[in-house]
Formats: sequence, structure tokens, C-alpha cells
Amino acid sequence: MSLSFRVIASIILITSAVLLANPQAPSTPQNEQTQQPSQVELIIGDNIGAQPSFAVPDCLALTNDAETVGAARTIAEVLWSDLEFEREFRMLARDTYSTIPQARTLINIPLDRWRELGADGVISCSVERSNNEQIKVTARLFNVQSSSSAFGVEYTGSFENARVYAHQLSDELHRHQRALDGVARTKISFSSDRDNEGILGSTSDRQTKEVYFSDYDGANVKRVTVTRSLNITPAWSPNARAIAYTSWRRGYPDVFISHIYRGNLESPAGGTTEVHNWLPAWSPNGSQLAFTSNRDGNSELYIMNADGSNLQRLTNHPSIDTTPTWSPQGHQIAFTSDRTGSPQIYVLGVDGTGLRRITFESYCDRPTWSPSPYNEIAYSSRTGPGHDIKVVDLATNEVRQLTFGLGTNESPSYSPNGRHIAFTSTRGSGNKHIWVVGRDGRGLRRLTSVGNNEMPNWSN
Amino acid sequence: MLKWNSTGTPTRLLILFIGVLTVACVRNPPLAQPDNPTQPSDTETAASSKPTTPPTPTTLPERLPELPTIVEEDLFLTRTLEELNRESPLEPAFFEYDSSELNEISRGILETSANILNRYQNWVVTIEGHCDERGTPEYNLGLGERRALAARNYLVELGLEQNRLRTVSYGKEFPFDPNHDESAWASNRRAHFVITAK
Repeated sequence: MSLSFRVIASIILITSAVLLANPQAPSTPQNEQTQQPSQVELIIGDNIGAQPSFAVPDCLALTNDAETVGAARTIAEVLWSDLEFEREFRMLARDTYSTIPQARTLINIPLDRWRELGADGVISCSVERSNNEQIKVTARLFNVQSSSSAFGVEYTGSFENARVYAHQLSDELHRHQRALDGVARTKISFSSDRDNEGILGSTSDRQTKEVYFSDYDGANVKRVTVTRSLNITPAWSPNARAIAYTSWRRGYPDVFISHIYRGNLESPAGGTTEVHNWLPAWSPNGSQLAFTSNRDGNSELYIMNADGSNLQRLTNHPSIDTTPTWSPQGHQIAFTSDRTGSPQIYVLGVDGTGLRRITFESYCDRPTWSPSPYNEIAYSSRTGPGHDIKVVDLATNEVRQLTFGLGTNESPSYSPNGRHIAFTSTRGSGNKHIWVVGRDGRGLRRLTSVGNNEMPNWSN
Repeated sequence: MLKWNSTGTPTRLLILFIGVLTVACVRNPPLAQPDNPTQPSDTETAASSKPTTPPTPTTLPERLPELPTIVEEDLFLTRTLEELNRESPLEPAFFEYDSSELNEISRGILETSANILNRYQNWVVTIEGHCDERGTPEYNLGLGERRALAARNYLVELGLEQNRLRTVSYGKEFPFDPNHDESAWASNRRAHFVITAK
């Protein structure tokens, strides 16, 4: 599973005009050939006043072996999807490129034909086998208006997982062109019964749920726990190298941390047959975990260091206090409490002061605090027989609704750039699947397709 | 009261067989039936046939010595944990929607369970708290915990030792009835008993 590619990224500025495929096409204006390309030309679209249109034609396979040809096809398709997901660029559908001849080299592309199609930017990409184990992937972003190269990179690495190159390139393009952190390299962890195993030692018909994770787009599902028990509520550590979760592997719920690259397991909350712990949430700097425990007689919130030391009690109320989530700076925790009779969302300082109630609907649970720069909390709200995902803006107290009554929609989790929310939904088949929606309610899509999958958590 | 020790399976089956036989015999003692006299054939008239001598009555078979009736509950002592739990001698206590209050029926069920647990002092029990599928999985972990605790606390009030009564919440993760209607939901809102040691 270890990724073995090394990024050699360079930004190449080309001052001379790019060769045009058709020699009879009008030559570029005289002044552009002698000027340095301005920042306006590097950032495509700022002068257009609308979303820039991008195209990603097929990658050039410079060597003929099957791995290179396969990688070339995969990289173009995945890159197009990655760019389309973030909705920063208007992506031109790939089947509209069929009349445009493929470029003969990386830089020899028919820009006039792309201009006719309405593209503002075209990503040209080539893949070449460099030795038995490796490929070299080179990519250029062309500004079609100015016929110049705006961005270029070169990667070398294994041919094993070609999607990784597309994800890397997509994130770099978003950073360079839109000053935005893309999420193409992030992972989503979730709980699933897809391996269809029975709980060990159970007297009735109980299925296991184990912890898995996949790429942000649902590809490359990998299994984390093998316990033949119930494992739910996964939570990535901020450095994305560990997953905390609730597991009944010992016969009662306790908080476990799987360090997925080191291969070791911890249970820092100290669960026993009497003391139960569940719903772990990492602080933004990864040094602490908030969680729910029954150790003082009913469900209360606690904070401890990630190694289990320095336990602090956060709530002290006979109600159920549960599902903690940290503010982006780590100074406050939002949580669910039924102290007024129904579950509602509250915010509390980590020092235990400043309690305030945030929701006033019939039943609200599972708050998740957005990352900065946004200042809002997503949650699951009962809207009928089922639930819907809503978001409350903490500055204005305005609530907006993101799903509308199809199935039940629960357990929301923000992407690290705050622009997307993953959640569980039973819409459609009635099975539970992970879905993703933009924070504006658009761009809804399903990520999983096998078994039942729930409680997504999005890594950094 | 006869104490049945745990014995091997063939002996156990023999005891069971004799027990069943005894119960059957005690309930329906077979009476000796005199042999039916041979009927005159249809061709002969009744008047002309001579009466046959009545058969000598046979003696009643001796009754088997009366074995004590086997009390059904004592079979608990011979069951394995798995068999016991499949029979669920300790019935679940059910709850209203979104509630962890014990109503009169549930308290009655728990009182029966308390009596059984008092008789079988070695039994250790885990009380599982369960919820129906509505509501969120996260809050329901807390509600299941509260339901298990409500059942346990009542049993402790009735005099049982707390260290025999463990609790676990499963929230809405393990419904007993997978359907999506009121009757399934009512069945799933429960404190469920599992005997973990005897």
C-alpha cells in the first residue's frame, strides 16, 4: 500500500508562443511574443468574469506497454472527475473532444481547435515508462487565450496506482489556479458490513461492522479492522496516520486507535466491563481526544491526551451528553445533549464554561464543526420519519437544509476544505451508503455501492 | 427435591426418556382391555349362534414405580449457556419511543427475572440496551445505555447484587426485528438479557 512516487514539480514559464498545429492559423500577436507572461495569463479565467472552462483530453502514452497505456487513460479520466468535483472550473465533457485531433507531443497541441470549442484552459499530459517499475508523468496547463503555458509538473513513480497522479495534479492545479486546497488526495473512513461476517460468540443473528477507508471518490477501499465484532464511528487523526473508533471487540464499547501505517493498536480510554467509552473526536492539533463515557454513572463528555493521560471531565449533568466535535481552533466543543428533553446541539468551551444552545428543532444530533474559513456546524435533524442534513451558521444562526426527505440522512462529516459534506443516506435502495454533497447543497453523489456503509469521516 | 447433577449426554437422554415416559404414564394409565369376542360371521343368524364363553379377564399391568415429576426449570441446570440464551428464560423489558422509563409491564417482567436470578445464584447476566432504527445511531448509543441502566437499577432495587448484572449499549446497531413498522420498532426498544455465566 505504500506509495512510492516522488514528485518533481516545476513551474515552467514559456515566453515564446506555442507551436500551432495548423500552420495557416493566424499567428499570435507580435507583442505577446516578446512580453513576459503576466500573472493574468498564469491564472486562467480571472479576466473572464465566469468560471473558466477546462478540457482534459486523453493523455499521450509515449511508450507502448500496457501499463503506460492504461495509466494514460486512467489519469485523464480521473483528473477530469477530480476537477469537476470541486466545481471551480466548468469542465467540458470529454465526448465533445472527439473532433479535435490528439496532440502529437506534450506541447504541440491544436490550441485553435480548443479555442473554437470554448476552452479557456487545456491540460496536456504524457505518460512514459521510465524503467521496469516506474513511469514518468508530465503535465502542462495551457492558457488557450494567450497560447501560453500556465503551469507544468513532472512526476515519477510506480505505475501501480495511476489515479494518484491525477489526484496530485488536481490538488496542485486548484492551489495554483484558485488558491484552494483540493481534496483529491484525501481519504474517507467509514463503517461497513460489506464482508458479511457474523459476530463471534453471538447467540442471535448479528453481523459485524468493521472500519474501512477509501479514496475521497470511493475508489481503493481498504479494510482497517478484522475483529468479528461491531466497530463504528471512525475518526481520522489530523495527520491522517491513525483512525480512532468505537469497538465492541472486548464485549463492551471502548475507544480504540488503529495506527494504520505503523500497524499497532491502542485503547487509551481504559474501558472495562463497567467503564464504557465511545464516539472519539480528535482535537485539531491531534494531541487530544474528546469522547463519551459512562464512568461517572451516565453518558458524559471527557477529554484526554491521545495517550490516555490527563483525563478531564467536561460535562456534569444527568442528561445524555455525547457526540463531541471540536471547533477549528480547538477552544470549543459542540455536542449533543438531551437536557431539555430532546437531543439538541450545544457549544461549550474546553474549560467547561460558556455553555450555549445552538439548535431548537425537534431532534438534532451528531454535530460536526466546519473547518475554517467557514464557521458553521452540520448536523442531522429529524424532519419526518427520517432525518436530513442541516447546517447552522454560528455567526448568523441561520439554518440551511442540504437534503430533503429522501430516505434518512445522518452522520455528516466535512471535507478538510469545508466545501463538501459526506454523510450516510438510505435514499434509493434502502441500504445505507456514503454520499457527498457540496456545502451549498449541490453536487450530490454516492460513494459506496457494496453492502451497508455509514458514519463517514473525512481525512485531512 | 431431587438434585440432578450434570451428567453425560447419553445418561441425560435416558433420564429425559424415562421422565417423558413417566409423565405420560402418570397422565394416562393404560387400562387392560378385554379381548374382543370373535364376531359371528354375517352369514350366520344371531339367534342360531351359541354364546361364546367370556374370556378370562387379564390382570392390569403393574404400575411402574412413581418417579418424581421433573420440574421444567431444573432443566436449566443441565443446559449450556448457548441453549439457555436461545430459550431466553429472562424476558426482555420493553420501552416507549425515545424513552428509558420502565412501565408497569416492564417492571413485572423484571420482577419475574429477579425471582429467577434469585433462584440461580450463580448466574451472571449482561443487560443489553437497544433502540429502534429511528433517531441517529450516535444518540441512540446513549439511549441504549440508559435503558440497560434502568433495567439494572430496578433489579438492584429488588435486591439483586449489582456485580451480577453487567450492562452494554448497542444503540440501534442490532435490531431484533429488521422490519420498518411499529411492531418491529416496539420489539427493538428493549433491555435484553444474556446469561454470561452460570
